[in-house]
This record gives sequence, structure tokens and C-alpha cells, in this order.
Amino acid sequence: MKGKAIMTEAPTPYIAEKRTPMESPETLRARIPGWGVDLDPADRPSFPREQPGIQTGAHWDFPERQPESWPREKSIEHAFVTPVFGTSTPPAGVSGAIRKYAYKYSEGRAAHWLLLIAADRVNAWEHHLRSFATLSPDNPVTETGVLSEPARHGLRSRFGSKRADVNHQWIDPIVVGGPWVLAGLGAVAAVRAVARRVAGRT
Amino acid sequence: MRAMVYRGPYKIRVEEKDIPRIEHPNDAIVRVTTGAICGSDLHLYHGMMPDTRVGMTFGHEFVGVVHEVGLSVQNLAVGDRVMVPFNVYCGSCWFCSRGLFSNCHNVNPNATAVGGIYGYSHTCGGYDGGQAEFVRVPFADVGPSKIPDWMDEEDAVLLTDALPTGYFGAQLGDIVEGDTVVVFGAGPVGLFAAKSAWLMGAGRVIVIDHLEYRLEKARSFAHAETYNFAEYDDIVVHLKKATDYLGADVVIDAVGAEADGNFLQQVTGTKMKLQGGSAVALNWAIDSVRKGGTVSVVGAYGPIFSAVKFGDAVNKGLTLRMNQCPVKRQWPRLFEHIRNGYLKPSDIVTHRIPLEHIAEGYHMFSAKLDDCIKPLIVSSAS
Repeated sequence: MKGKAIMTEAPTPYIAEKRTPMESPETLRARIPGWGVDLDPADRPSFPREQPGIQTGAHWDFPERQPESWPREKSIEHAFVTPVFGTSTPPAGVSGAIRKYAYKYSEGRAAHWLLLIAADRVNAWEHHLRSFATLSPDNPVTETGVLSEPARHGLRSRFGSKRADVNHQWIDPIVVGGPWVLAGLGAVAAVRAVARRVAGRT
Repeated sequence: MRAMVYRGPYKIRVEEKDIPRIEHPNDAIVRVTTGAICGSDLHLYHGMMPDTRVGMTFGHEFVGVVHEVGLSVQNLAVGDRVMVPFNVYCGSCWFCSRGLFSNCHNVNPNATAVGGIYGYSHTCGGYDGGQAEFVRVPFADVGPSKIPDWMDEEDAVLLTDALPTGYFGAQLGDIVEGDTVVVFGAGPVGLFAAKSAWLMGAGRVIVIDHLEYRLEKARSFAHAETYNFAEYDDIVVHLKKATDYLGADVVIDAVGAEADGNFLQQVTGTKMKLQGGSAVALNWAIDSVRKGGTVSVVGAYGPIFSAVKFGDAVNKGLTLRMNQCPVKRQWPRLFEHIRNGYLKPSDIVTHRIPLEHIAEGYHMFSAKLDDCIKPLIVSSAS
């Protein structure tokens, strides 16, 4: 009896039937356009998950092979370079060498992915430095789009309501601008060192 | 042609590039008329996806007009208005022939764990994407479809990823009549997943986010009950209270790799790139679903390991279902739902940005400024 009394006092006793009253199907159908039209799994396009024999439009058993313009890097979990592949941005430079090395490891190895991430960072700096020898050098101000802040209400968007991302957004300028500041300081230090050496000779 | 070009984390610009050429007999070249920035593009933009190379053009949501076709193309002709699924797929491999188009084995030499995706790093095949004036579309007889005359162009572009992915996410939940469905994330995919859950007979749909303007959209567009997790000490406990301390029957992770709510996860996942993503939403999904329930994951994660609470998933006997969406499989049924007035995808579009201003568009979308939910990219001429 005591146990039963506790049960009735509990705000949500653990019983077999749920207690929260649900809206009736009629109410839901009236309130929500299309409620229940896909109730039958047979009406759901991805049921069952695999549908052998599905029509795809392919008129080949195995696709004709796209020619390789350069030795295409591939996962060692593949038997061969797939018949079709993307040709954006072939690997080049130091980052390209790192990428090719990364592809010696399978997708199951952390080394594969971490080397690719490292190559991505090297790749960015290769291009930043190269851009300074062109008529369109990288401009971190225009390329980050931060000029949209005033037009897109940067302050009003971030403050005045509870947003969970404000606590880490301050890190972004450091992640993006920090290396540029360090590189700039390094360049200034290098120029000064050269100037001192030249001054010492004269 | 003009094209968006990646220059390193958080940096993009618009450059002059060569118009892509036919590289395979079943290729088409499509002149892009409308594109979009997807939430998953932000993972690339933030430098989180391994093998994202400087010079690549992003963009896997686009529609346009056929500009050129390869010799073996039978189903499309120059001048056709087409919508292109984000999946690049062959239509004939072991996976495609069973309908698993997003898992195609013939289009991505760089990885076996993922198929081909336009403009989504070399890990997804190294294809340039559609945030440009022109794009190469492989397997033109398989992926693209002509846009029906009755269909609005903006609805069509949302049918290339966001809507089918949300609809697919609800299907992965195996919803039965009366189920309580929680959706983490009130971005485009989450909004569509919530809306789709009702079509499948959910009795209650709850959407969780931390951006008030998106939760407002979840209430008005997706008829959902909403909670701002930033207003609760522990959103999991709140969800348990709201579901008779049992948990939801189905939880959908429509957030993916950049989930907020845990500072350490954010820093290690998105700033330091030491995880495949910040798995906060996924962990909350595992915690807030009932024992024996289903977690559906359509949020995108990188291929590196992530700190996921797998033990709880085991101990609760959960069914975890996930995949990239096989988009074209969803189209016939979604076309019906749009024609019947059950869905109006373009209702979630908040911004239309000229290609030349795409850097500002990325920043706005990334920083969640100006109540941005879905930005479209329009050709500079328009």
C-alpha cells in the first residue's frame, strides 16, 4: 500500500502507457497540412533502404573510363582509380607532396586524415605567399567577408538574445588573423635584421 | 567564367576560371542560374574537411541550364533547365543499383567511405561545385532531371539537398503514428525534417536550437514545439521532463559537425580540427532519445574520429540510422507533396546574394547574422 501511495504521488510514474495527452489524428490533420500522408512506410521513398533493380538511367554495366591528366591520387582501399573523378586542383608543391604521402595510408588510419589536414594548412600558406607575387594578393579583409558585419547587423544579431556561439566566436579572428600577424611580425623582424647587418658592414 | 574560390580557412574570393570542359562522354556542362550555400559548406569554409584544396570551387546545391553535353548523353539536351542532386553517382555500381546513390563506388577515387559530392573537397571526389557560372556534371543521364514547368526555381534548388535530406532524415527515424520526434537544429535541414516528421504521422515534434529567430521559424513553418537550449542548464534533462522522463521515440541530428553547446567540443572540433566535428547534438540525441529508440543522423561530420558517447547508445539499445541522402530517390514523392501544397521549400529562403558578394554571404551565414537561415546565390547578372 505504501508503495502504491508513492506511485500516485510521483509526478510521472513509470508506467506502461505514456501519460502526456497527444493531439488526436483529426486535430493534427486539421492543424498541419499533409499530416500522416506518409504514414504508410510503403509511401516513403527510402523504404526499404535498399531497392535492388531501381531504375537509374544508367545505360552501361561499367562506365567508360575518364582519361587521367595526371596520376590521380587514390585511396588504397580502392582497387583502381574510379572511372570518373574530379579534376579540381591537382596536388602541387609541398602540400601536394604531403597529400601524396597521406594517400599511402588507408582511410582507417588517423595518419591519413591528419596528414591531409596538415597539407591543407600548408597549402593555404603556399598560396598566400604566392599571391603576393601577383596582381591579386590575398586580402584577409575582403576574403573573410567581415565587411558584411555592419550591413548585416553584426552586433544586434549577436546580442540581445541567448546565443550559445558567442562564447567561442571571439576565437575566430585569432584563428584567421593570428598567423597573419605573426607572419607580419616575422617579416618586420627579418627586415630589421637585414638592415642591421647592412648597417654593420658600412 | 566567374567562380567562388577557396583561399584557406574562412577565406574565399571570386576569381576568373576556365569554363569546365567535357571530360567523359556522359558529362554535361551546366550554366548555373541559382545556387545556394549549405550549412555543410561551412565545414569546408572553416577548414574542417580534410583535403580541401586552395582553388576549389564549392557548391553542391544548384540548378541551371544545360550548356553542353557529352557524346553519350541521351536524356538531356542543350537548353534544358535542370536540377542536379548533390550526389555525383554512376547509377550502375553495387550501391547505385540498390538505390544507395550517395554511396556510389565509381566516382570518388580519394575515399571509399563516401561517394561523390560537388564542390566538397577531394575527400568527396575533387569535383568543382556550382557556386560559379558553369559546372561540370558527370553522369548527366543519371543525376540531373529537367525542372518541371510548374516548379519554382527556388523550390528546385532546395530540392537538390536541403529538403530531400530533411525528408530522408525523418524517414531514417522509422516514425510510427503518434511518435514524439525531437529534431536538433533549426537550420534548413532541421526545419524540413521537422515538417516531414508530421507527414509521417508524428504526434509531437520538438525542435531544439539556440537561435531564437530560427526557433520562431520552426514554430511558424514546421508547426513545432521549440526550446532554446541556451536557456536551460541541461537540455537533456529538460527533454526528459517534457517526455514523461522516458525520452523521445525518435531524435534527428540535423546539426552535424559544428554543434554548439559545449565549449570544449567546439574548440577541439571546429577551431583546432582535432575531431571530425563537435558531436554535441549527436550526444544530446543519444541522451534524450528513449531506450530502444532511434537516432537519425543527417548532420554532416568529417571522417576523423569524434568524441561520441557510444556506450550510452549501446546500453540504451538504440537504433542509429544515418547516411548522406540519395536525393533523386526522394524527388517523385516530394514533387507530389509540393504540388499538393504540403511543402513550400522556398519559404525558408532569407537571402539572395550575387555571386560577386559570396564572401560576405559566407560570413553572414557562418556568423548567423541578419536572421539568416538559407542564402541563395544568384548569378551576378540578376
